This record gives sequence, structure tokens and C-alpha cells, in this order.
Amino acid sequence: MLWQIGMALNLDESIEQSFQLIGGNFNNAGESSSQLKRILSKLGADESIITRAAVAMFEAEMNVIIYAAAGWVRFTITPQLVKIRVEDMGPGIENIELAMKEGYSTAPDWVREMGWGAGMGLPNMKKNSDEFKIESVVGEGTTIEMVIHFP
Amino acid sequence: MTLKEIAEILEADILVDSDNPNLDIRSACSADMMSAVLYYHAPNAVLITGLTQPQVVRTAEIAGIKLIVFVFSKRPEQVTIDMARQKNIPIITTPYCMYSASGKLFQAGLPGCYGK
Repeated sequence: MLWQIGMALNLDESIEQSFQLIGGNFNNAGESSSQLKRILSKLGADESIITRAAVAMFEAEMNVIIYAAAGWVRFTITPQLVKIRVEDMGPGIENIELAMKEGYSTAPDWVREMGWGAGMGLPNMKKNSDEFKIESVVGEGTTIEMVIHFP
Repeated sequence: MTLKEIAEILEADILVDSDNPNLDIRSACSADMMSAVLYYHAPNAVLITGLTQPQVVRTAEIAGIKLIVFVFSKRPEQVTIDMARQKNIPIITTPYCMYSASGKLFQAGLPGCYGK
């Protein structure tokens, strides 16, 4: 049974889902973010929170599709928050501080022609999250964890 | 502003109609970079773009965009139309370029979706 008190969602138990991501598979890119959006909408979450969570997750998902061979994404919804964790087997990020700067991008031209790779992804994930953590090892991959609280 | 008002101003063809009679567009975002759309998202906005691949519809869905306008009379592949129908995001196509389409809507009173 679901109901809402104030802005916090009241769930009997938390909801957790995970999805595999395959690098270069643009056709299904964003499916997991759509699913998160649908669930939060059904739970009656505030629209601005839903958009923030979906945008943060979609950006992370697209980074895996664009840069990595594969990865997975998992979201957990509790009455107080949404937690999103994305791990990939990608090239890793050499300089995280630089990658966090708006406009910095290493995306190739074909990615830019599709409308991606503007160097806004990581800053946008941070902007839309209340908590943002990133760890990366060159040659191994990148892990991002984001938390969005219900106000 | 309603879908019909926007379509009239832009002399646009409706490719995917809306089943929401209360659709009320409050702001506009003109971009070919999907990252920019995701960064500057605003509720009840129209997206004016020259990109027509399915990722545009997905980005619109995630960013809460309520209407997509393709410029230069561009017509997307069927897969984009199908996804827009499934997600219930209307699409229209205008003969104007992005600059002129944006200018016409701004002149008609539709503000930008972010900042000044």
C-alpha cells in the first residue's frame, strides 16, 4: 500500500531495480530512467523531484552508453530519498576535477552530432543531486552514486 | 500557449497530436545539444530542435518537455513518431529555421525556459 504524507513517500518497503547497459546501444538508452520516472509518478512524488532524479540518472546512463563497453545502473526508492548507483566498465576518467567543469568533454564528433558530448553531463548530475559521489580508475571504470531527498 | 496556437504561429504541420486538451506551454528551449536540454529543463516547455532521432523524444520525456518542434520542415523516421505517440509527446514541424521559429514564439510572448 502506498500513500503520501507531506512530501515524503510512504512505502511499506523500499523499491529497488537494476538494469544492464551496453555501450553504443542508443536504442534502449534511457529505458531505466523512464522506468524511474514512471514509478516516482505513480507514487505521487513532486514533479520537480521526479525530473531531477530522471535527468541525473539519464545523464549517467548516457555516459555509459557513449563511453563504456558495458555497465549497470540501480535505483533504490525509500520514503525519504532516491539513490542511483551507476557502475561501468569504461576507460575511466583521468582528471575528475576537469571532467566536472561545464563544457569539458572528450566525446568524439559522431557523439556530438547526435546531440551529446557537450561537457554538461557530470555537472548536470551534480546539479540535480543532493549528494554526488564519483570514483574512477583509468582502464577499469567509473562509479557514480547520487542521492535525491524528498523535501 | 496551446499546441494549436504554436502550430499556427509557426505555420507548422502536426505530426503527432496531443490527446491533452489542457496542454499549456509556458516556455521554450531551442537546442540541438540534448545535454543542454537536460541542463536547462523547465516544466511545461516546448523544445525547438533540428535533431530528429528517437533520443530527442527520450530526452523530452526525461526533461519534462511537453511539445517538440522540428525546424526546416524536418520529418523524423517512423521510430521517432512511434516513440512520441507511446510517450504522448506531440510533435510539429515548421518550415522556419531555429532562429526564426524561436523569434516568432518569443514575439508572441513565450519566454525562454532558463535565465534571462
